[in-house]
Amino acid sequence: MTTLKSPLLLTLAWRNLWRHRGRTAAILFALALGVWSMVSLAALSRGSMEQQLVKAILNLTGHIQIHAPRYRDDPVIEHRLSPPSPALTAALSRPEVTTWAMRVRVPAVVASERESAGVTLVGIDPARERGLSFIPDAVTEGRYLEAGDDAGILLGRKLAERLETGVGRRVVVMSQDINNSVADRGFRVVGIFDAEPQAAEESYIFVTLASARQMLKLGDNISEIALMTTDRDRLDGLLAALRAAAPDLDVQPWTVVEPLLVLTEKVVNVILIVWYVIVFTAMSFGLVNTLLMAVFERTREFGLFQALGMPPRHILGQVLAESCILLAVALALGNLGGWLTVLALKDGLDLSAFAKGFEMMGVSPIIYPALRAGDVTAANVLVTVLGLAASLYPAWRAARHVPVEAITRV
Amino acid sequence: MEHTVVCRSVSKVYRQDAVAVQALADINLEIPRLDFVCLSGPSGSGKSTLLNLIGGLDRPSGGEIYVDGNRVDRMEKGELAELRLRRIGFVFQAYNLIPVLTARENVEFVMQLQGVPAATRGAKTREILKEVGLEDLEDRRPGELSGGQQQRVAVARAIVSEPSLVLADEPTANLDSKTAENLMQLLRHMNEDHGVTFVFSTHDRLVMDFSRRLITLRDGRIVDDVQRG
Repeated sequence: MTTLKSPLLLTLAWRNLWRHRGRTAAILFALALGVWSMVSLAALSRGSMEQQLVKAILNLTGHIQIHAPRYRDDPVIEHRLSPPSPALTAALSRPEVTTWAMRVRVPAVVASERESAGVTLVGIDPARERGLSFIPDAVTEGRYLEAGDDAGILLGRKLAERLETGVGRRVVVMSQDINNSVADRGFRVVGIFDAEPQAAEESYIFVTLASARQMLKLGDNISEIALMTTDRDRLDGLLAALRAAAPDLDVQPWTVVEPLLVLTEKVVNVILIVWYVIVFTAMSFGLVNTLLMAVFERTREFGLFQALGMPPRHILGQVLAESCILLAVALALGNLGGWLTVLALKDGLDLSAFAKGFEMMGVSPIIYPALRAGDVTAANVLVTVLGLAASLYPAWRAARHVPVEAITRV
Repeated sequence: MEHTVVCRSVSKVYRQDAVAVQALADINLEIPRLDFVCLSGPSGSGKSTLLNLIGGLDRPSGGEIYVDGNRVDRMEKGELAELRLRRIGFVFQAYNLIPVLTARENVEFVMQLQGVPAATRGAKTREILKEVGLEDLEDRRPGELSGGQQQRVAVARAIVSEPSLVLADEPTANLDSKTAENLMQLLRHMNEDHGVTFVFSTHDRLVMDFSRRLITLRDGRIVDDVQRG
C-alpha cells in the first residue's frame, strides 16, 4: 500500500496553485467576493429583519400577551379581563420576565374641533411601559404621560396633523363603556409621538390606565397584559407557567400574536438561501473551469504520477486538495471581508436616499447589520461542501487517465 | 537463470479510426537479472510500446509479461501502481520531473509514496544526489536545471527506491553527445553498483555501445538480439 503523507499532497497542491498566479488570484478573488457577498448580505438582511422584529415587538406586542379568550378575534370592551390573580402575578414574577404591564385597548373615535378619526384607545401605566413598548421613547414634542396625568393624551404626529391639533389643545375621545353606552371624555394633548411604521401614528392614542378605566367604567378590569422576557426565542417554559396560572385566559407568544413577523423571517431565510445558491452557482463555474484547465495542462504530470506508482485515489486527492486550499483561502478572505464590512457599518447603512417608502412599510431606512453565527456557518458549509462536490469532476478527470496516454500527450 | 523480465508472444494492436495498427507482434524475450539491455530500431518499430508494456503503463493485446515473476498483463490498476512503485523505476525522454518540486523533493517523491521514514529518505536522497553529481543543486527546481542535470535527477529518482528494474525510454534523446555519454556512464555505474536491471531504448549508436545486449526491433518484431559481452 502506498502511504502518501498529506504534507506532500498539500505541498504539491499549494505549489501547483501558484504556477499560474494570475489565474489563481482571479479565482480566489471571485470566490472571496462571493463569500463576502453571502456574509454581508446575510448580515444586512438579518440586521434589517431584527430591526423590524424589535420594532414590531415594541409596537405594543411584547413577547407574550394575555387576553380574555375572544379578545384577539374581537378586541372590544366585552372581552375584558380581571387584574392578574395571585397565581398569575407569581408567574409574572419569574426571573425571565423583565417587565410586564396591564393595558386597556379598545376601539374609539377621537375628535378635534375640526376632524375626527377612528383609532385604538390605549390606556397604559406610563412607568411600566418603559422597556415594554415604543411609546415612552417616541414622544418628540411635548412630554410623555405621567402617573397622575388624568386628562393627558398622546397623539401620533400624523393623527395630530389630520385632526389639525397639537400640544396643549383639547380633543374628545368616544368609545363604548361596559354598559354598551357611549362614553366620551375630553383630554388635553400633552405630547406628540413619532412611530415606525407611520401607520401607528394614526392608529393609537394613549391615555393613562386610570383614565381609560374610569372613562369606560371598567373598574379594575383591563384588556390585556403584555410582558417582555430575557429571550424571545425561549418562551415555552414561561408560557406553560402562565397558562397553568391562568387556565381560563388566552396566553400567546409574539409568534402567534404577530404571525406575519414569523412569515417575514422565513421569507428572509429563503431569500438568503436563494442568494447563496445563485452566488455559489456563479462561483462554481469559475472553480470548475480553473480546476479543469489545471487538470488539462497537467495531464502529462498526472500520467507521470501514475507511472511512478501513485494510485489514482491520491491524484484525485491532490486535485481536491487544491480545491480545498482555494476554498479555505477564499472563505478566510470572504469572511474577513464580511466581518470588516459589518464593522464598518456598525453605525448603520443609511438607505433613506434610495428608499423613501421604507418607513411606511415599517422598515427602517438605516440598516444595522447583524452577523449571526448560523448564517456565517451556513454560507461556509455550503461553499465548502458544494465546492468540493463541484471539484469532484475535474479530480475524477485527472485520476482516470491511462498513464501511457497521459505521458505521451504533447 | 533468474529473469527480471519475461515476455511470451506479446502483441499490441492500436486502433485508430477503425484502422488496426500492429505495434508489436509475437515478442518473446527473457531479460536476466542485472542485464543492461538496449532496444534499438527506427521510429515506430515498437521500442517505446514494449517498454510501456513491461512497465505496466499500457496493456498488451495478447501474450504474457512477467516482471520479477509477477504477471503484469493481468494485474489490476492498483496492483500495477504498486508494482511500479516497488519494483520499477522509469526514466523518460522528456525528463518528466515534477516541476513544482525541487531536485531533492523529486528524488524523495517515490520514497514518500512508499512510506519511507523522513530520516531514511533524507539520507538516501543526499547519497544518491552526490552520486549523480548534483549535491549542490538539490534545492533547484527542474526549470532551473539543464537538460542533462534534469535527466540525472530522473535517474536518481528511478534508482533511489532500489527497484529491480529501470526502464529508460530514449533517455539521451534531448541531450548533446557529451552529456549523453556521461549519462550512459552513470546508468552503467548504477547497473553495476546498485544491482539494477536496465532496459533502455535509443536511436543513438553511441548509446547502444554502452549496452551488454542489443535488441533490434522493426515493424513491431524482434529482428536481432545480440550479446555484446
